[in-house]
Amino acid sequence: MNATIAMITFRAMLGRRRAVLLFALPLLLAVLAALMRVLDASDLDTAAAVLHGFGFAVLLPLLALIAGTGVIGPEIDDGQIMYVLTKPIPRHTVVLTKLAVAIALVTVFAVVPILLTGLLMAGGTAQLAPAFAAGALAGGITYTAVFVALAVISRNAAVIGLLYVLVWESLLGNFAPGARSASIQQWALSVTDALTPTSYVHASVDLPVAAPLLVAVAAAGAVLAVVRLRSLSVVAAE
Amino acid sequence: MSEVRLEGVSRWYGDVVAVNGVSMTIGPGVTGLLGPNGAGKSTLIHMMGGFLQPSSGTVTLDGEPIWHNPQVYRRLGLVPERESSYDFLTGRQFIVAMAKLHGLPDPDAAARRAIGLVEMDYAAGRTIGQYSKGMKQRIKMASALVHDPAVLLLDEPFNGMDPRQRLQLMDLIRAMADEGRTILFSSHILEEVERLAGHIEVVIAGRHAASGDFREIRRLMTDRPHLFLVRSSDDRALAASLVADGTARSVRLTPQGLEVEAVDFARFTLLLPRLARDAAVRLWEVSPSDESLESVFSYLVAR
Repeated sequence: MNATIAMITFRAMLGRRRAVLLFALPLLLAVLAALMRVLDASDLDTAAAVLHGFGFAVLLPLLALIAGTGVIGPEIDDGQIMYVLTKPIPRHTVVLTKLAVAIALVTVFAVVPILLTGLLMAGGTAQLAPAFAAGALAGGITYTAVFVALAVISRNAAVIGLLYVLVWESLLGNFAPGARSASIQQWALSVTDALTPTSYVHASVDLPVAAPLLVAVAAAGAVLAVVRLRSLSVVAAE
Repeated sequence: MSEVRLEGVSRWYGDVVAVNGVSMTIGPGVTGLLGPNGAGKSTLIHMMGGFLQPSSGTVTLDGEPIWHNPQVYRRLGLVPERESSYDFLTGRQFIVAMAKLHGLPDPDAAARRAIGLVEMDYAAGRTIGQYSKGMKQRIKMASALVHDPAVLLLDEPFNGMDPRQRLQLMDLIRAMADEGRTILFSSHILEEVERLAGHIEVVIAGRHAASGDFREIRRLMTDRPHLFLVRSSDDRALAASLVADGTARSVRLTPQGLEVEAVDFARFTLLLPRLARDAAVRLWEVSPSDESLESVFSYLVAR
């Protein structure tokens, strides 16, 4: 970890126009939860549906995509990464710092809002709020590691990530059960499922399978990002 | 005293060869890397800076490989050609951050020194996004100097600078070379290289075309017929003096002015004002008409 890289990355992330998205998405979730509360529709069933359907399926992957690709992608595109890479700093320190910043952002803008929404809608019932928050944190870390690696590998990381989230996880996940078991969202949900006794949450993958997969994919993403950054070639301007 | 050495270095992108079998040694002092746009100068600098793996051959700094070796950056500073830096930071914040990334014991003092060297103290509190092109160039320069490196690589450092900033940067580069540093800068402008570099490496179409003392290269480049367009208050009188003097091989009277083919570039540019004065002719315009770098280089390649 490197404090200077973290400082620059935080300032770059929160100073950009896309920072609005960081605030807008959790706000949407909060408004949704408040609305349910006002309409008196916040039973355990709806709470689980909102947290899963919006929190896990939309907010978490999108936030991880914005944060994961944003911490390093634009810097590589603009060539600013040269200022970091021309320093006697091991490349794994660069990647792990970027990853930590992205995870911190996902925690603040996705995990905490999911926790607060859960508390607002379900209170302390069935440990629903902390269970969803824990699942969000676990899934968020894995999503972020994958998207950071994508951003180092490809200039189209945001598009590829979006396709994965929208097409693979959401669309195919609804129709093909096979695709559902190979999805970070489902692995995250199995963490939640294991932590709450309610039957409103049902994951298609068991925790003993999901947990190692979450860890392995996150580690693979981080390692891949380091390896690719070590050999990052800056395309000559001419 | 540090030395960057390239041995049989080639770099290709797919079927396109950007750099072809280049061997050169860059030692202390100022070396100019001269070549037309697209000759492979940036590719060479990127390989020397550890940002591009040579497809074949080796690039070393004092015997150590540069590729996959971040430790070389303790002794190497790089000023990239691309303009973008962290626009949201102030100049001072940027340089302090660079000093911290280098792990310097006193980052603030190092940043002050580097900013002072490029004379950016007056604007160090402003964000980089508000800087002019020349100011950005200088703050980039400060970022490469902050750790006092033995080797400095500059990719087209004078691009976008006004004449005063250009002179000032030249002085700075000279002063640093006098301290025993190894400095390489690329340029496609003959005049810049000529004024600054003690040693010149010429790259044309990815190949190492010439290497040596600047006088040598300058002679190669300037000892050829030069074509000038001269407009004056009395073209005929001037033409007569030029022919009489022998500095011109031929003089053509055209409606646009005189087309003069000079034998010797240096002698002609030195003598023309004197001749004009003696003949009581006022010069309106003197412009080299075949000074495009391409023609200079094609002349050099043809030799």
